[in-house]
This record gives sequence, structure tokens and C-alpha cells, in this order.
Amino acid sequence: MSQTIETEKPLTLEVFTAGLWQENPVFVMMLGLCPTLAVTNTLENSLGMSAATLFVLVGSNALVSALRLVIPKQIRITAYIIIIATFVTIVDYLIQAFSLDLHNKLGAFIQLIVVNCLILGRAEAYASRNGFTKAVVSALGMGLGFTLALVALGSVRELLGAGQLLGYQIFSLNFEPWVVMILPPGGFIVLGSWLLLFNYFRQRKTENLLAVDSASHCTVKNN
Amino acid sequence: MSETPEELPQFPASSKLIIALGIIAFLSGLLVVIVYEYTKPIIAENQRLATEKAIFAVLPAAKTRLTFAVQANKLQLVTDAGVAEVIYAGYDQQNNLVGVALHAAAQGYQDTVQLLYAYNPLTSCITGFAVLKSTETPGFGTKITTDVDFLDNFKCLQATVNLAGTNLKHAIKTVRHGTKQQSWEIDAIAGATITSNAIGRMLNASGNKFHALIAKNLTMLQQAQTK
Repeated sequence: MSQTIETEKPLTLEVFTAGLWQENPVFVMMLGLCPTLAVTNTLENSLGMSAATLFVLVGSNALVSALRLVIPKQIRITAYIIIIATFVTIVDYLIQAFSLDLHNKLGAFIQLIVVNCLILGRAEAYASRNGFTKAVVSALGMGLGFTLALVALGSVRELLGAGQLLGYQIFSLNFEPWVVMILPPGGFIVLGSWLLLFNYFRQRKTENLLAVDSASHCTVKNN
Repeated sequence: MSETPEELPQFPASSKLIIALGIIAFLSGLLVVIVYEYTKPIIAENQRLATEKAIFAVLPAAKTRLTFAVQANKLQLVTDAGVAEVIYAGYDQQNNLVGVALHAAAQGYQDTVQLLYAYNPLTSCITGFAVLKSTETPGFGTKITTDVDFLDNFKCLQATVNLAGTNLKHAIKTVRHGTKQQSWEIDAIAGATITSNAIGRMLNASGNKFHALIAKNLTMLQQAQTK
């Protein structure tokens, strides 16, 4: 009836930090790109979508993990979707209660969180195979990694596309906004640029590690 | 040469699947109901405040307002806007009618655009609007609230009722940017034609539906606040 539970590794800081950098859902795994491109035209929208996704991710992962021994594997995807849809409905009500204006701006993308492959992917690949605490900590890391990516995109697009950040004028009024940045092509351009930068730093870090490794190897040999 | 038949995976009894889904569905339903019950009054209050703000934004001369429900082709004074179709009448400090605010909606570029617009039945002019819901493209569709030339259309957009008192005398329509000839035409925003057209369509539909009714009940609307 239930899935085989693998021997769990202990909870480490890496469980949390993996989602932020090494396994960042947007910059590394390229998951959840639909809202990433669609709603990051302003920083406010990015923060709203990130908060909603973080809530759904943590809530659904917690419940999936808590019920993992009860959910038969034959109906697991159905069960996960019901659980995710529940949290999406909840976050939809909460955003309406918090700010109707934000709810209007995010539009259909709130409901579309239900089909965000990041959330279903984490439920299937992680929460269903790990204990409650690890699932929640990992979801928090992934959610914050997603937030980091959306904020990175939203701030650049709003800054260049409107000369503002969170509605406050940053550039002088003489600045001619790059309207393309707040349109769909701007999403692709900024995402591509961030990916370039992100991968450059990752590559440099790997090269540095390899250099240190070979240097220490040589020192040991000489000794 | 016979092959060894592969062992088929065991399928659990249907009852187990139904019970598991039942437990999940029950938990989900419970969570949704709790949050819905908790947020329902807050959301209703937010919507009321947003509408209230929009009414006084489109009718800046109004100090008080009354709500009228459209029922069986008549206007009925109501205390709460819980009915499907309502219009709001705004009054100044001397209780004179300064205009009415009406809801209008039409499909825009991304989703339905919902407005509350001001109509002055004494001058037959549409004098402004506030956006209640819009997910139009930032920088283009959103210009309907910021583009000075577009907003100039609403200094007095003619929405006169015809002699028979049934429809608008002239259909409100959006025309290509820079080609406006008549006072019932809306000069579109270059680059936001779809949203501009949506505004024209929704005002025309709402005008045909409500302006004649408002004209018929004008005396009642004017005296409603003094009663």
C-alpha cells in the first residue's frame, strides 16, 4: 500500500541551502518558469507570487510528508494534486483578504500555482520520501530559492522598464523606460542574463575548487 | 522456449484507495472551509471599500451616495449592495444629484476589464472611470488610467438616450488614435487598441442597458436623498 521509505539521511543545513543555490528551482532546475516570466514585471508582483508559492510549497510538502504512509502509490499524483489545490485555494482567499489590488495584479497566475511543476515535483521527489521536518525545511529552502529568482528578475525588469522599485522612482524622470523589459520578451532577456551570470559564477567556483584540489594534491606528493 | 511470466505488481483493494482519497478530500475540504469562513467577511469588506473608494473617485463632487438595484426594469433603493445589478447615485452637500456610477465590463487583452464609470444624466455625459479589475499589459493596457489624451475623452463623452427612450442615440465606439470626430467616439491609445476597444464596447453596452432606465427614473433619483 505505501511506498518503500528509504533510510533517511539526517537533517543538515544543506537540506535548506540546496534550494537556494545548488538546486535553485529557477536558475538550476528551470522549474516554474511560467509565473517566473509572466508576473515578474514588477518587484511587488514578484514578491506576491513568491510568497504565494512559498506558502503552497511548504503547506503541500508538509501534508504530503505527513500522509506519505497513508497514500497508496497508485493514487499518489491524484492525492498530491488535491493537496496542492487545497493550499492554492487557501492562498487565493488569503491574498484577497490581504490585498485585493495584489490579487487583481496576479490574476489567474495564483490559481495556476496548482500546475507549477516545482510544487508537484517536490511533493513527488522529496516530501513523499522524507520525514515531516526535512520536507518542510527543504520546501522552505526551495521556496526561498524561488523567491530569490523572482526578486532578481522583478527588480531588474521594474528598474529598467519603469525606472522604479516597488513603485518608488529610482531613476530621474529624464530616464526613458525600456518598455520591452516589462513585456514578455523582457522576461526572457532578463532570465537569460541572470542564467548567464549564475552559471558563470558556478563555473568559476567549480574551477577554483578543482585548482585548490590539484594544488593540495601536488603539495602532498612533493612532501 | 517459454518465457517466465513477469510477476504483476499487487494492486491494493479499491476500498483502500477510496478510504485514502476520502481522508485527503475530507482534510482538504476542512482546511478550505475554515479559511473561507475566516476570510469571507474580510474579503467582503475589502470589496466594499474598493467600490466605495471608486464611487467617490469617479464622482468627486459627491459627498454622499445611495445604492439602487435594477429590478424588473425599475430602480429600487436598497441599503446593501448584495444584489446582482446596482447603480450608485452621488449627491453633493445640498443633496443635489451630481451623477451616477455604474459597473461595466468587457474582455480586454489578458482578461476581463471591470470598471466603475461616472455618468451625468443631466448632461448625458460620461465623465470618468475607475478600474476595479484589470490584468492588462503593464506599460500598454494599463495606460487607460494614465494616458492624458485618452483621459481627455472622458471630459464629456456623449451618451445621450434616443428619442424613443430605449437605447443610446449614438453608439459609443473607439476609433483609431487621432481620428476622433464625434463627441461619442473614444480616441484609442496607440499600442493599447484592444484595451481601448474594450472600454468603448463596455460603455456602449452599459449605456444601452442602463442610461434609458436612469433617464426614466431621473426625478426619483434627484429626490431620493431628500426623502
